[in-house]
Amino acid sequence: MDNAIAISGLHKSFGRTQALNGLDLQVATGEVHGFLGPNGSGKSTTVRVLLGLLHADSGDVRLLGGDPWKDATSLHRRLAYVPGDVNLWPNLSGGEVIDLLGRLRGGLDQRRRTELVERFDLDPKKKGRTYSKGNRQKVAIVAALASNVDVLIMDEPTSGLDPLMEATFQYAIQEEREQGRTVLLSSHILAEVEALCDRVSIIREGRTVETGTLADMRHLTRTSIIAELAGPPNGLANSDLIHDLKVDGNRVRFDVETKALDSVLKQLSQVGVRSLTSQPPTLEELFLRHYTAETAESVAK
Amino acid sequence: MTATLERLPAPPSGPSHSFVGTWQLARLALRRDRIVLPLWIVILSVIPSSNAGAYDTLYPTVAERAALTASIGANPSVAVLYGPAFDLSTAGGYAAWRLGGFMALFIGLMAVFTVTRHTRAEEDTGRAELLASTVLGRYAALTSAVLVSGAASLLIGLISAAALAGAGLPAAGAFAFGLSTAFAGLVFTAIAAVAVQLAEYSRTANGIGAAAVGVAFLCRAVGDSTVDTKWISWLSPIGWAQQSRPFAGERWWVLFLPLVATVLIGAVAYTLLPRRDFGVGILPPRPGPAVAAPGLRTPLALAWRLHRGPLIGWTIGLAVCGAVFGSIASGIGDIVGDSDQTRQMLERMGGSSVMTDTFLAAMVGVFSMTVSLYGVQAALRMRSEETSNRVEPLLSTSVGRLRWAASHLVFAFLGSAVVVLVTGITMGLANGMRTHDVSGSVGDMVLASLVQLPAVWVIVGVTVTLFGVLPKAAPAAWGVAGAALLISMFGPVVNAPQAILDVSPFSHVPKLPGQEVTATPLAWLCGIALAALGAGLVAFRRRDIG
Repeated sequence: MDNAIAISGLHKSFGRTQALNGLDLQVATGEVHGFLGPNGSGKSTTVRVLLGLLHADSGDVRLLGGDPWKDATSLHRRLAYVPGDVNLWPNLSGGEVIDLLGRLRGGLDQRRRTELVERFDLDPKKKGRTYSKGNRQKVAIVAALASNVDVLIMDEPTSGLDPLMEATFQYAIQEEREQGRTVLLSSHILAEVEALCDRVSIIREGRTVETGTLADMRHLTRTSIIAELAGPPNGLANSDLIHDLKVDGNRVRFDVETKALDSVLKQLSQVGVRSLTSQPPTLEELFLRHYTAETAESVAK
Repeated sequence: MTATLERLPAPPSGPSHSFVGTWQLARLALRRDRIVLPLWIVILSVIPSSNAGAYDTLYPTVAERAALTASIGANPSVAVLYGPAFDLSTAGGYAAWRLGGFMALFIGLMAVFTVTRHTRAEEDTGRAELLASTVLGRYAALTSAVLVSGAASLLIGLISAAALAGAGLPAAGAFAFGLSTAFAGLVFTAIAAVAVQLAEYSRTANGIGAAAVGVAFLCRAVGDSTVDTKWISWLSPIGWAQQSRPFAGERWWVLFLPLVATVLIGAVAYTLLPRRDFGVGILPPRPGPAVAAPGLRTPLALAWRLHRGPLIGWTIGLAVCGAVFGSIASGIGDIVGDSDQTRQMLERMGGSSVMTDTFLAAMVGVFSMTVSLYGVQAALRMRSEETSNRVEPLLSTSVGRLRWAASHLVFAFLGSAVVVLVTGITMGLANGMRTHDVSGSVGDMVLASLVQLPAVWVIVGVTVTLFGVLPKAAPAAWGVAGAALLISMFGPVVNAPQAILDVSPFSHVPKLPGQEVTATPLAWLCGIALAALGAGLVAFRRRDIG
């Protein structure tokens, strides 16, 4: 079995609201897969379908080769889940919750539990609501990471964590990857996604719009070029591959489709290049393009 | 240019005292309570006048009314439940005796739930924090809750007074009845305002408030049923409502007691409020263990942690009530003797011709109806676990939905059985020690209590059905339990048609001791409870969580 998670054509609606509209998601066994999309795009709904908490309207959903709805309990022995908004029982301490969830999953690695509690600087004696948001997240994270499971499903797990704990979390996920565990990581923290994820899927309005490695995706976007040439540029304005061209004497400034970078540079060097700055697209630009494209389209209509 | 010298406009100035924003919060509370509060108001306002109307049909002649006064009026064992009978010769006096105490009791519960819902519960969810960051005075949240609860109390009092007067009863008595009820609501509003300062969580605050209402009822029950300790009734806000004697030579000065108490207790709440931190009670939270006990490894073990507090509280509360009423029961026959009217009266409450048995049977009925409220509370815990996102982490482990539901339903069904059983035992013990037949009495009362269980289970079963089929409407289970309670408690008194009485499962259980045990209705009730449970669980397995 290649894919730990395989979803195709998933539909789910709540009353009149169409939450998922033909979503596809493939997560290979042993990879850390980033799951991205704007707020309300259907990430949490997908995760809850994967956990068998919601019944899909249509579409094919396989988790570790099983049906998440029918085989929920047997599959759940092999996965751990960290919700984005952890709510603890007011009269149970954090330590008790960690142990309880671990035992209900079918086993807890005591050594790893102790180690994680220490690394995440968590006071396990506090009770439910006396924890801050970040500390509640830590309880769920420790409970998940200390469990002996194959798959980790995390829905914005680091919301509320401080930068130090964010680093601790990233380190812990790296360890999980080395152990060969599969991780589905829904996140809005792009640096986290960049640092951890082998591949990412971007969804929007309940549909997958992009899947691949970050390098692949970068390739599909534009690079910004600022160059000072030996003479006046010619022919640049006619190229389809060049956007937002600004010419100021011998200085040019434009964006170019990354796949056409080579040919455009050749064109520039024919004139003679005195200086050149090239800026690859930032992650933010990459995601913003995907997040906002649909809105722009619908406005255009 | 002068424009560049201009500063940004100053922030709009406004009041900044400790109560600023109270009015807006009160309007928010009314908006949120637009269904619950009108229900309380309508139901509580309508009951007194509907009851007064039945008086003329029940006791048409002067002779019957005189006999009623002579028998019931002098009977302390009846006074335990309904309070002192000051004047049973008029419809108003009868209604005030029969309902005054219960009106004060229920308005007290309304006040406790309303105040908690808009203060402590809001802090628990974190919504209050968002509001508190706006221009909101320190006392605004508490004051708005107190205003809403107080206004609802006054409205209930005024509407019920108007309805009584409209039914042709003396205006002075109607007004006294309405005010005494409303003022009881004010006292419990103040008590709830203190409870929400003390408790760490809204659940605890509701518990403290409801316990205060229970203690108030118990105080007046004890005071009214004895000769030498009548002063105990005067400790109770419910007692004050009755001692103002509506329709029986109104004692208007008594109405000052609840007003003074409201101000004093309210002052305590307002003194405590600035002395506690937001989101924390005066009673501080204690740290817990760093590692879970070895036993905490199943959903049932978790459910025990969540349910044990309420279960122990309910068991102790009802056990005490059982002991109090059990110890009083044997006195009833001595006083009433062979009075036909009393016997008929008690028979209408449902029972045999033996006075003590009838009284015990009526009490067992009241207790089991009360236990059904525990059953609803325990079953609805599933819904509150679901809405607060605590069920998702559990269901994402190897725990299946049915196993998780079963862990809570053990407490809803078997927990109710424990409370019913313990109440039966304490009732039997207390009665048996008076009659010098402990073993016989305990056996009788345990049997009497247990035959009520199927009716309790029907209510719990319907709660599970609602939870499974219409999760968003699950709190309507309170309405189901309340309706059954009202029908069985007050239906017979107002000569309600049999078709209505039959709706309540409590109308179908044998009233022991005194009646024959018949298996058929019990089997039917168990069957209905089981079907309702099954329907709810099947639907729960198929539906979306959240």
